[in-house]
Amino acid sequence: MIYWQLLWSMIQIGLLSIGGGYVAIPLIQEQIVTLHGWLSLTEFTDIITIAEMTPGPIALNAATFVGMRMAGIPGALIATLGCILAPCIIVLLLAKLYYKYRNLNAIQYILSGLRPAVVAMIASAGVSIVMLAFFTKGVLPHTLHDVRFLSIGIFALGLFALKRWKVSPLLVMGGSGLIGLVVYLVIGVGGY
Amino acid sequence: MGELFLSTLKISAFTFGGGYVIVPLMRKRFVEELNWIDEQEMLDLISVSQSAPGPLAVNAALMVGYRMAGIPGALLAVLGTALPPLLIISVLSFFYRQFRDNAYVSAVMGGMQAGVAAVISNVVLDLGNGVLKSKNLLSIAVMAGVFVAVYFFRVNIFWVILLCALLGLVGGMFRARGTKAAGPKEEEE
Repeated sequence: MIYWQLLWSMIQIGLLSIGGGYVAIPLIQEQIVTLHGWLSLTEFTDIITIAEMTPGPIALNAATFVGMRMAGIPGALIATLGCILAPCIIVLLLAKLYYKYRNLNAIQYILSGLRPAVVAMIASAGVSIVMLAFFTKGVLPHTLHDVRFLSIGIFALGLFALKRWKVSPLLVMGGSGLIGLVVYLVIGVGGY
Repeated sequence: MGELFLSTLKISAFTFGGGYVIVPLMRKRFVEELNWIDEQEMLDLISVSQSAPGPLAVNAALMVGYRMAGIPGALLAVLGTALPPLLIISVLSFFYRQFRDNAYVSAVMGGMQAGVAAVISNVVLDLGNGVLKSKNLLSIAVMAGVFVAVYFFRVNIFWVILLCALLGLVGGMFRARGTKAAGPKEEEE
């Protein structure tokens, strides 16, 4: 039955995707394209593009999309549920442990080692996002043609607004999208 | 509870560009606006979320929900996080090709990407400064080392977490031993 297969596939994806959304992509591909043939490779690439363009975790977006294509709204619900089931149980256990034992010296030592590591992971993601925003190919460019000056301008304005006026990140993101749209409508440059 | 649900709903609806984008959004909402947790605890929640499988946004929301209202809070926070992508993708799945190829959508996304970059850079600058100001050499070394390992060598985060947990444990025990001679003393963190 398609629902069970879908659920089981998603549980495996949820359980195995340790270490960030991009780890999940090959896992999803393995389950959805290679193993079950539910989607073609082109459709799968489309899903990843859409998942990146829309808010929310990539794995959840992809799961919803596959579920929807396979079995409509119940499929989307089941796929989402499957995707978060195992992680939720594990994190719930970890949350219990964290709040119970976080005052122990040993746990404090461990956490003091993890905090700077997490900052570095966020920084790494941040640099990747900045590179993607600034340069068309996401790497340091060889020609000025690959530099997105509009994005650099929006970035500078956004960072200034965050630092100086302490505006909400949501406002910066919404405002940036609006600037992108207005600039496109007026002079026809911009784009993702 | 309502606040929790609406906050996670809103944060999830704006998490463009990967899981870590929730960090600045969570910090603004839960640390600065609602004062539910402090920055250290937020980093702890992210660490714990990262040690488990699954989407960071879901895991981190669950941790905050659990902290505020136990298991019902955790479930509510997960629902709030899962709902926006579920709704948006379900609707989009009918005309995703048009959506993807639409020039206006693309223009908005292009601008938004730059905004997301500013938002995450802002939080990285603040958090990074915090680590540097702690003047804790081990922390600074861990931050630099992990950045190189993750950004340049794409080391899986699972191994990074394991190693840093060990480093923190050994480093902490080492320091505790050094201060024991001078009598029981508070930890510096």
